[in-house]
Amino acid sequence: MSGRRSRSKQSSVSSITDDQIADLVSKLQHLIPELRRRRFDKVSTSKVLQETCNYIRSLHREVEDLSDRLSQLLASTDSDSDQAAIIRSLLMQ
Amino acid sequence: MNNPHHLNPTSLKSRFTTRFLRALTKIRAQKPISSSSPTEIFRRYRRIKVAADKSMAYSVRSRRIWSRAMLWKLRSRSYRRQDPCSGRRSGKTNQAIMKKSSNGNITRRREDGVGFVEEADELRQLVPGGETMNLCNLLDETAHYIKCLTTQVQVMKKIADFYSF
Repeated sequence: MSGRRSRSKQSSVSSITDDQIADLVSKLQHLIPELRRRRFDKVSTSKVLQETCNYIRSLHREVEDLSDRLSQLLASTDSDSDQAAIIRSLLMQ
Repeated sequence: MNNPHHLNPTSLKSRFTTRFLRALTKIRAQKPISSSSPTEIFRRYRRIKVAADKSMAYSVRSRRIWSRAMLWKLRSRSYRRQDPCSGRRSGKTNQAIMKKSSNGNITRRREDGVGFVEEADELRQLVPGGETMNLCNLLDETAHYIKCLTTQVQVMKKIADFYSF
């Protein structure tokens, strides 16, 4: 979406403005738990990117751990009638 | 950042959950003789991990650069497993993905002297297809990628908790 925005604002070369970058960086800042509390502080772009990398890595690790956990759990369960119940409970939160 | 539309069948969470559960059922159905041996557990771990990534990528489909990159990676991996000689496709992949990214030109000029080139490059390694993205795309794609990853983790956790009882 931001790509389309730049094309309509700029007439000749599609260059990326500082404001656009600042917008995107602040959007990212809100997604990262580490930085959400510091919403009203000025966090440098470098710090936001750094924390983003750390956060993505920790999410990747969580997926790996959960896959590991599931692989152990699936070894022991048998019933297939679980599925509908799971979907319902998952989506009801 | 909870999705308020819990029962929305078209939400990313629903689409991912349905696909992933279907994949898990298939994985469970493949019952080898020693289903608790370490080798078998590791194999199942790999299958589950791939299923999680596949389910997420297919739920997003080709709407995002990162999901296209991931889909391509997953497909070329399965081709490679059948035919070990077909491993050299990644060059073509990146070109195809580059054409589809909205700015197309990988310009780094913007980033020089602004002090976060290294961090941006590090991020490019973590987001699928990141190497072909300019800064704007990278930031935008990363935000979406993170939302999807957190959904993935949330759903997997629920499933694991469910099976733990």
